[in-house]
Amino acid sequence: MAMSTPNAGNHPDALADDIVLRADNLRTHFIMGARAAKSVDGVTLTVRRGQTLAVVGESGSGKSVTSLSIMRLLAHPGRIVGGRLLYRMRDGGVVDLATLSDKRMRAIRGKEIAMIFQEPMTSLNPLYTVGDQIMEMIRLHEPVDRHEARTRARRMLELVEIPAPDKRLDQYPHEMSGGMRQRVMIALALACNPALLIADEPTTALDVTIQAQILDLMRRLQREIGMSILFVTHNLGVVAEIAHEVAVMYAGRVVEQAPVHDLFARPRHPYTKGLLACIPDAKRDRADDGTRKMLNPIPGSVPSVLALPAGCAFAPRCPLAEPHCETAPPELLNASPEHLTRCWRHELL
Amino acid sequence: MTDTTQTTQQPDAADILLSVRGLSKQFSTGSGPVKAVEDISFDVRRGQIVGIVGESGSGKTTAGRCLLRLVEPSSGEAIFDGVDLFSLPEKALRAYRRRLQIIFQDPYSSLNPRMRVRDIIGEAIDTHGLAKGAARQARIEELLTRVGLSPEHARRYPNEFSGGQRQRVGIARALAVEPELIIADEPVSALDVSVQAQVLNLIQELQRELGLTMIFISHDLTVVEYLCDEIVVLYLGRIMEQGPARSVYANPRHPYTRALLATAPVPDPTVRRERVILQGDIPSPLNPPSGCVFRTRCPHAIAACAETVPTRETVGSGHSVACIRQAELVETYQD
Ligand SMILES: Nc1ncnc2c1ncn2[C@@H]1O[C@H](COP(=O)(O)OP(=O)(O)OP(=O)(O)O)[C@@H](O)[C@H]1O
Ligand SMILES: Nc1ncnc2c1ncn2[C@@H]1O[C@H](COP(=O)(O)OP(=O)(O)OP(=O)(O)O)[C@@H](O)[C@H]1O
Ligand code: SF4
Ligand SMILES: [Mg+2]
Ligand SMILES: [Mg+2]
Repeated sequence: MAMSTPNAGNHPDALADDIVLRADNLRTHFIMGARAAKSVDGVTLTVRRGQTLAVVGESGSGKSVTSLSIMRLLAHPGRIVGGRLLYRMRDGGVVDLATLSDKRMRAIRGKEIAMIFQEPMTSLNPLYTVGDQIMEMIRLHEPVDRHEARTRARRMLELVEIPAPDKRLDQYPHEMSGGMRQRVMIALALACNPALLIADEPTTALDVTIQAQILDLMRRLQREIGMSILFVTHNLGVVAEIAHEVAVMYAGRVVEQAPVHDLFARPRHPYTKGLLACIPDAKRDRADDGTRKMLNPIPGSVPSVLALPAGCAFAPRCPLAEPHCETAPPELLNASPEHLTRCWRHELL
Repeated sequence: MTDTTQTTQQPDAADILLSVRGLSKQFSTGSGPVKAVEDISFDVRRGQIVGIVGESGSGKTTAGRCLLRLVEPSSGEAIFDGVDLFSLPEKALRAYRRRLQIIFQDPYSSLNPRMRVRDIIGEAIDTHGLAKGAARQARIEELLTRVGLSPEHARRYPNEFSGGQRQRVGIARALAVEPELIIADEPVSALDVSVQAQVLNLIQELQRELGLTMIFISHDLTVVEYLCDEIVVLYLGRIMEQGPARSVYANPRHPYTRALLATAPVPDPTVRRERVILQGDIPSPLNPPSGCVFRTRCPHAIAACAETVPTRETVGSGHSVACIRQAELVETYQD
């Protein structure tokens, strides 16, 4: 289990100019006595400036653990045990978040990188008004007085299109609808104008009409503010709506990253292909007279993070697997210059 | 399912297994009465899957539970095989409880964690005295095989299963009593897509091979379009539109249905759709809008929409819409 070089200094050569964040073979494990849950075990992904990278994967694939690793907010006994998380600061310097000191991380959280959590009540404190929470976030990072902070907080609520912002500032989270709370969380995350927003399933709990409003809002904010977004979701429909690029996770690894059109037009990993094929689509799966065709589920189930297969984690379920796949974990290969896949046999796809 | 105004003319009325008429349910809460379901009518034909869709709080679960009298309806009728379930005394209801079963959304909380799978399924068999001893054992094994599990799973506890497997156990439990109608309340919503596909295939096999009739509650329009024969669209406890799924999806006539279909994300980045984004939130059911309950978010609302509750008008075979402007709006829809 090789540790990354503990180097908190600059890595100027390691990131191309248009890249805000690059995870390089990130490995985050939960170590419980002699057992290790390898929740994240080889995540390589790239977020480009001003763009949205959607991280998509099924439950337990390691999306939230990846997000929390970037924020360095892992709960015990979770620990980054390998890999790098190169991040380009607003001043141009590059740091490795995986090894940065806690003190420097505190200055980065909220100001450089902000996160919307999957569990809404992780971000919003039920005991404080919405206004107080946004003001506190602003004053944590910037030397402004209460009055100024309140003005800024009010402006944030306007930015996320909350009607009657003055009244809302003095309300508690439980007095708001789900959609309204999600807007408040976005306002809170954007209060200090971060360069990178990590949004972990920000619309999953919402109704489709409210989800459409929030996706629209996030697209508009990105255009106006120019922030980069790492958008975590398990919904490929949402991916198609919001992403510029997509990283697909399976059993703790990114198995494929590509621009969104390339990924949907020609997935280069059998898992991605299988996922797209099993979403019901009445146009494809129902004949003209209305009779249904059976869906094509991926056989079997996801392996446990406590006992990952030795080779490709997808091999036991993969229609293309050959003996080599079962012993050798695939490297991240270029299917085309912008299209990466962890599949030995991607040329067959 | 047919439009209510046509029921009397239906030549194949014998096909109708369940006929719901004017179902309403009010809850009294500390803050006042909540009209969770208001004057719902629809029919369910033998062998069909009827989808009930709508956003959170639209009354889908309440409607489903009223049909089983897990929640007592405030008014209405539910004629099942000639008998009104709502007016049956508790004792007579027991016989019908076997013929209608429910599958719950949450495969995690709907199974007792301290019971082995064989006891979970066995309990349903015992309640209705359907089999004993070796026959009971054989039936449990048959059911497990039927839902794609193996007989050796009978000894295990729910926490030893994945979400999809637990949902299979829930389905096996419902099937144990040989029901004629299954009400499935979001049975695949908690599952990942690859597991969801497995369970949707199972549901279809059951429909084909056992001739099951099902009410399938969901907020996922893509799944409903694929799976269901008929569809009922609810908003704030009322039916906005209903009809054969193909007709409603090909030709949605209610502004709410149209907005729902336009905003449901589809897994295809090349699709550029007419974006009708509904403004605002779903109103509180404690204080629903007068007239058409959808009017506060409807892009086509006019003053008259606040005046009267729209009645359902037939727009096609079995396809009906509750919107006073539906006829004039058709011309503005460019499909
Ligand atoms: N605190 C923890 N202790 C032990 N294992 C953990 C812990 N947190 C997460 N894991 C495990 O790590 C794996 C990845 O979890 P993660 O929450 O990242 O999944 P996810 O992709 O976000 O899933 P979901 O879509 O359900 O949110 C899971 O197997 C999970 O059980
Ligand atoms: N026992 C109850 N007491 C009071 N109000 C209730 C009760 N059960 C449901 N309601 C209210 O009735 C309305 C309909 O709820 P219901 O659960 O039927 O909606 P649903 O369509 O199933 O929503 P979801 O998609 O969230 O499951 C809601 O406003 C809900 O708050
Ligand atoms: S009746 Fe009026 S408010 Fe209701 S949907 Fe039709 S146009 Fe809109
Ligand atoms: Mg998660
Ligand atoms: Mg419900």
